[in-house]
Amino acid sequence: MIQVLAFYLFAALTIASAVLVITSRNPVHSVLWLIVAFFNAAGLMVLVGAEFIAMLLVIVYVGAVAVLFLFVVMMLDIDFASLRAGFVKNFPLGLLIALVLLAELIFGIGAYQAGRIELGTGTADQVPVMAESNIAAIGQLLYGQYLFLFESAGIILLVAMVGAIVLTLRDRKDSRPQNIGKQVRRRPQDATRNVKPEIGQGVQL
Amino acid sequence: MSETFQTWGLTYEWAWFLATVAGILLIALPLMLAVAMIIYADRKIWAAMALRKGPNVVGPFGLLQSFADGLKVFLQETIVPSAANKGLFLIAPIITFTVALLAWAVIPFNSGAVLADINVGLLYVLAISSLGVYGVVIAGWASNSKYPFFSAMRAAAQMISYEVSIGFILICVVLYANSFNMNAIVEAQRGHGLGLVNGYWFNLLLFPLWVMFLISSLAETARAPFDLTEAESELVAGYQTEYSSMAFALYWLGEYANVLLMCALNAVLFFGGWLPPLELEILYWVPGWLWLFAKIFFFFFIFSWVKATVPRYRYDQLMRLGWKVFLPLSLMFVVLVSGWLMFTRYG
Repeated sequence: MIQVLAFYLFAALTIASAVLVITSRNPVHSVLWLIVAFFNAAGLMVLVGAEFIAMLLVIVYVGAVAVLFLFVVMMLDIDFASLRAGFVKNFPLGLLIALVLLAELIFGIGAYQAGRIELGTGTADQVPVMAESNIAAIGQLLYGQYLFLFESAGIILLVAMVGAIVLTLRDRKDSRPQNIGKQVRRRPQDATRNVKPEIGQGVQL
Repeated sequence: MSETFQTWGLTYEWAWFLATVAGILLIALPLMLAVAMIIYADRKIWAAMALRKGPNVVGPFGLLQSFADGLKVFLQETIVPSAANKGLFLIAPIITFTVALLAWAVIPFNSGAVLADINVGLLYVLAISSLGVYGVVIAGWASNSKYPFFSAMRAAAQMISYEVSIGFILICVVLYANSFNMNAIVEAQRGHGLGLVNGYWFNLLLFPLWVMFLISSLAETARAPFDLTEAESELVAGYQTEYSSMAFALYWLGEYANVLLMCALNAVLFFGGWLPPLELEILYWVPGWLWLFAKIFFFFFIFSWVKATVPRYRYDQLMRLGWKVFLPLSLMFVVLVSGWLMFTRYG
């Protein structure tokens, strides 16, 4: 009973907040509704017993990705009038995309009902082990069966990160960065000295 | 606890529901009281280090100071700036306060005395603590004011940066304990140091990680010396600038509940949680939750000590410490710890 109630609550809130993401006028509100949608999706994951995925969804999407979204969107200076001006012009294109997506959904559901496709190289005697915890099961798949795919995904991400850094790195000649090690090594006797100047003589710097 | 309710002749669902509500009240109400007293303790410690007396007027030794402050704040008028985004402006403190309470659900107070004994306890804590930033960011943006906005930007960058290294530190602890469950992590620390010391801090590989975790938890809760989000010398009061009355009080309570949570995490992950510090039969006469409270207070004393003695970091120094020092170090320790465990446990 309580599972059914929770499911409909999470599902309704996910859909409602997803609708609000695209209908809110303020982009910051959109991002916040997106966060609510992520959160409720995590709730749905918990309901199906995938608590590890749920936590990852919250940590990665809500905790990191959405914060960066919010960070960027908050600093945007958006002119709402010009944003809405293109609505009529772009309406046919949007409609076309929506139709394509709808067709894909229908095809997808139809194909799923026609019969499950075997992904990966599992054999018939490999049945999901329900007694194992989520984390152990995913770990065994990722670091066992799909080790090379997993590692290559990691390398691709690493290359993408290095690429992004290289593209945005500018070595400015006029910048004067701190050298923390040099600052820590500096001792009072290197920087100060006691002098006893004659009256009216001043100090040699 | 739901078994107790079931013996009263309730069905399982109702027993579970009542037990959960009772558990939430059992945690949240003492926590609020603890926050009131810990604010008093914070001010007293700070005052002692500055050779002052601190609060000493309301009640004996000034013990009721926090309640007097709470009453004062409660009776104030709630002011919402006319340029503010009203809905978000009022929701933001509620988010901070709620999130500060949420993570307590998985903290074990004694053997089995935990509200939600879930498999992914530590990940849950990480997930909830990553939400903490929203209260600050939304407040800063919704205030529609210059200083709160700067503060929100700082908070977003600061909290994300330190969460990364906290994540790696937690992974090392999980590798040692072989579980994400908080109670299992505490149990794994029983007699970890030569069969005598309960706690991971005694481990040569994990002690540096504890030091990093302590510093990161200062940054994560935006306590001094990392309180750049409310740096009063540059940003008035940061994201709290436009807040008054109960909204302000919610930030206050949430902030200290978060600090207590971080102290509790330090205790649970590295100092053996509800286990006594030494594995001696006589020490088990003291109930477990008392050991945990003592450890939480010990870490809170460290937090206050740091606040009273260390000058505030500059923003670029804070970022450098997070990304250039803690991140590579904690990554290196993940490799070291997992290598050592491979060597000793699996040959």
